[in-house]
Amino acid sequence: MSFEAAYSGLGRLDRLSYRDTMIHRLDPRAKVVATMLFAVAVVSFPRYEILSLLPFFLFPVLIGAAGDIPAGFIARKVVAVSPFAIFVGMLNPLFDSAVVAIAPGVSVSAGWVSFASILVKFALTISAALLLVATTSFPGICRGLRRLGLPALFVSQLLFLYRYLFVLLEEAMRVVRAREMRSFGKRGAGARVFVRVVGTLFLRTVERAERIYGAMLARGFRGEVPSMRQETLRTSDVVFVAAAGGFFALCRFVPVPQTIGRLIRGLAG
Amino acid sequence: MSHHLLEFKDVRFRYPDGTEALKGVTFLITHGESVGIVGANGAGKSTLLLHMNGHLLPTSGAVTVGEVPLGMDTRPEIRRKVGVVFQNPDDQLFMPTVFDDVAFGPLNLGLPPDRVRERVHEALRQVGALALADKPPHHLSGGEKSAVAIATVIAMKPDILVMDEPAASLDPKSRRSVIGILNSFHHSKIVASHDLDLILDVCARCLVIRDGAIVADGPAEEILSDATLLAENNLELPLTLQGRPAKQ
Repeated sequence: MSFEAAYSGLGRLDRLSYRDTMIHRLDPRAKVVATMLFAVAVVSFPRYEILSLLPFFLFPVLIGAAGDIPAGFIARKVVAVSPFAIFVGMLNPLFDSAVVAIAPGVSVSAGWVSFASILVKFALTISAALLLVATTSFPGICRGLRRLGLPALFVSQLLFLYRYLFVLLEEAMRVVRAREMRSFGKRGAGARVFVRVVGTLFLRTVERAERIYGAMLARGFRGEVPSMRQETLRTSDVVFVAAAGGFFALCRFVPVPQTIGRLIRGLAG
Repeated sequence: MSHHLLEFKDVRFRYPDGTEALKGVTFLITHGESVGIVGANGAGKSTLLLHMNGHLLPTSGAVTVGEVPLGMDTRPEIRRKVGVVFQNPDDQLFMPTVFDDVAFGPLNLGLPPDRVRERVHEALRQVGALALADKPPHHLSGGEKSAVAIATVIAMKPDILVMDEPAASLDPKSRRSVIGILNSFHHSKIVASHDLDLILDVCARCLVIRDGAIVADGPAEEILSDATLLAENNLELPLTLQGRPAKQ
């Protein structure tokens, strides 16, 4: 993916968060807590578990649908970062070669099962995190985290990350364009130039940080970024967290697919 | 009203690398004055502005705002009196939304929330940017960013407004509206710019700085029509004072 495409994808994620749907209107804290509970529930499954994880897909699907977030867009983002999960799990099939039967007559090494489990957990948690960002404004998430007790210093770091991500990316894009314009074929596109480009960007960032800090001091900054927005939890927020938490607990402690299977077999028999 | 005075007395400043950027600057700006500061690149304009709110402290000499001498301990007080709008609005606007950004200064001044809200609305209305309140700065156009950057400072109700290139890289219409905003501010204002027409429109008085020293100080119209003086400082007559030469 080219630099400019990646940049516009990020901008799109940001713009999605300005929509106004039932999900967007929930208190940021409610969504942050639900997403955290979701991640903990998913990650807490044992390493060979796949089947019991599947019901969890209902959460991102429902959030995505109710929040009017295009599923293809989220799916492409998940695929784009999947190399991380693939690298984490790709040696499992080699090292963990015990043979397990996954269906009557089909058996594979246990490593493949744990690899698949990692990928499923990855897809679940990343899509949930992306949906959190796509349905909640980033400053909203930061306010939520602050009110959930995250130290002010971390919250201001996150706010600046968000504010200057776009500025920095645009700067990087200008430098990359300027390089492309004057490099022909392979010349000028090598690692040495790349290192210098990164160095230039770093220096510019340091200078900019100094100027921003000056502007903050000029307006009375004393260590904490003030906010005057007071969000209060409404019934809908509480219901949302309770319903999500209950659903995660059910899926975590009751093997839902197996139970459904047994029920169906029971009805048929 | 003496609290709107700004006085520089033989101010010298040397950067840590040894460059002497100000070599004895002396001037007095009184209440309600509008003063342009012009000079070549590297003449010391930015260094001068950074002294006005204590971002830099003089190596020797004295800066006084109102009755308060500038020093380490008086900086917070000075910053309440002198509002500085920096050149690049992206450096000036660091909060996630326009509203939060304009509220940043007043909140740091310790105002109660409803007063802050009033100040923000007033400041945004004054620069004609009330409709942008909920937008994030990275979705604004250049002209909008400049207007909001000015609002962030006037929301603190400074006695003296200081601006570094307020209209650089703006399209003519946005530039014109920035000039309108500046003219609607009736406290003391100090504008550093290469845009001499802007200075002519906004300022009654003009200082010329060269090599870290003031080389001319007088009525803007007089100074900005002195072609020799301007040429000596890498400047040229404002376009409105130039007859357009016929094309060959």
